[in-house]
Amino acid sequence: MEDLYRELILDHYKNPRNHGTLDPADAKGEGQNPLCGDEVSITVNFDGGETIREIRFEGRGCAISQAATSMLTELVEGRTVQEVAAMPKEELLEELGVPLVQNPARLKCALLGLGVLKVALHRSKGTPLPEGWAGFEELEIT
Amino acid sequence: MTEIAVSPELDARRLREDFPVFQETFCGKTLAYLDSANSSQKPRQVLDAMRTFYETSYANVHRAVYTLGERSTAGYEGAREKVRALLGAASTREVIFTRNGTEALNLVAYAWGLDNLGPGDVAVATELEHHSNFVPWQYMAKRTGARFAVIPIDANGELVLEALEEIEKLGRVKLIASALVSNTLGTVVPVAELAAWAHERDAIVVVDGCQAVPNRPVDVQELGCDFLAFTGHKMLAPSGIGALWGREELLQRMAPFELGGSMIRKVTLERTTWAELPYKYEAGTPPIAEAYGLGQAIDYLNAVGFQAIERYERELTEYALARLAELPYVRVFGPPPERRGGIISFDVEGAHPHDVAQLLDFEGVAVRAGHHCAQPVMDHYGLSATTRASVYLYNLSEEIDRLVEGLAKVHATFA
Repeated sequence: MEDLYRELILDHYKNPRNHGTLDPADAKGEGQNPLCGDEVSITVNFDGGETIREIRFEGRGCAISQAATSMLTELVEGRTVQEVAAMPKEELLEELGVPLVQNPARLKCALLGLGVLKVALHRSKGTPLPEGWAGFEELEIT
Repeated sequence: MTEIAVSPELDARRLREDFPVFQETFCGKTLAYLDSANSSQKPRQVLDAMRTFYETSYANVHRAVYTLGERSTAGYEGAREKVRALLGAASTREVIFTRNGTEALNLVAYAWGLDNLGPGDVAVATELEHHSNFVPWQYMAKRTGARFAVIPIDANGELVLEALEEIEKLGRVKLIASALVSNTLGTVVPVAELAAWAHERDAIVVVDGCQAVPNRPVDVQELGCDFLAFTGHKMLAPSGIGALWGREELLQRMAPFELGGSMIRKVTLERTTWAELPYKYEAGTPPIAEAYGLGQAIDYLNAVGFQAIERYERELTEYALARLAELPYVRVFGPPPERRGGIISFDVEGAHPHDVAQLLDFEGVAVRAGHHCAQPVMDHYGLSATTRASVYLYNLSEEIDRLVEGLAKVHATFA
């Protein structure tokens, strides 16, 4: 479990890749982990078609959520919308390289960025919403 | 290193022997449990008594005419009397069992709020509130057309009572919702002062006692409040049982909350009339053994003594604040120890609270990380989360030392 804080994760946490916001952006998504208040927002520009040309993220949260999102941005650059929308969570977890299966709370941290990116693609390209995010826009209590 | 003067009247080391969980190891280490404000551990006395109750005295309550049912009802109602005595309530008619503190507060929001709030009225909560005494009032105000206002906190996390002058200009203040002790910052709120102010204006005061009833003497007459909610699981009792105390004249006038079995007097095709207090507010089969367990937990805590628990927590908290002050990369939030319960929220420079709690877990130290169901407090400090350590009657100063050593490791990882 102490692998959770291996060098690569700490490096991505302290020196996040693709950090910032694209303005203008073709696609935008933002989301919170309601359990802990972690936040991630993602902006994406396409190549004029269906390929992700550039991606930036901002957020505040734990090392796992921020490092995972940083790694995600490197993983998806140059890929098509359809590929990313269908990307299984296992692919990101493999990249992260830490065992989170027995720790569902931390799993949510690791997958926050992927969920937010899929929301952004859903909004701009109509790809399916990620698992567990359906109806999120109606969750306002007031 | 600061020396801790252990109250002679409370021997935590001996009390620990009553709690089987402290025999367990986690990550190869004994447990330093600093998360009792989240939920407390359970002593063998409560667990054994509940098992015996199930084995010898359990049936449904208030309807079984056979002897076993009488025993069960006696156990359940006996617990109600223990809660009444604990809070200094006038009558057991004023003590309603609920599932937890949240349900107790929602009971007031729905049963009192829906009929007593409207346009021109103001419902007031404090910026300190746990979401359970905040969201119901924010929601009820919107639903009824009333205004919702908040008493802000200062940099120490204490209420800025002068703000009431401005709040009063918004309309008729009908209610103030306040914690007695903040679950996030540990702030002890001057509820009696709020109640005096509110009653001059015919407003009521709804107190969240979840972080106070477990660890200090709480007397509803002295507080002068109108409702007080608390939960059992933070005071050695099982989860699934809480209670609401309310003034009888208010409870009599209010509409019921949940509807159905047990809470009726007479049902016909045309209309239904309500049961007498407190049963009007207890629909369906209640958490029977859990209520019994709460009664046993109250007995245990009474035997230790609530004043002794309060003093001991104060000593541990002072010790913890002094030790944390040795760490320049730790920023502690909240008031000074004389106006604080056994709760310490803090920030470790460069490390997110989730990561702090995770790394402390590797050392066998259990703390809470997150927004503590008090996101307005997090916003006040510009944070999304804090790490929180909390103490109770079974904690030792060594566990604070383990926390401090663990934080040094956290700092080394993230520096």
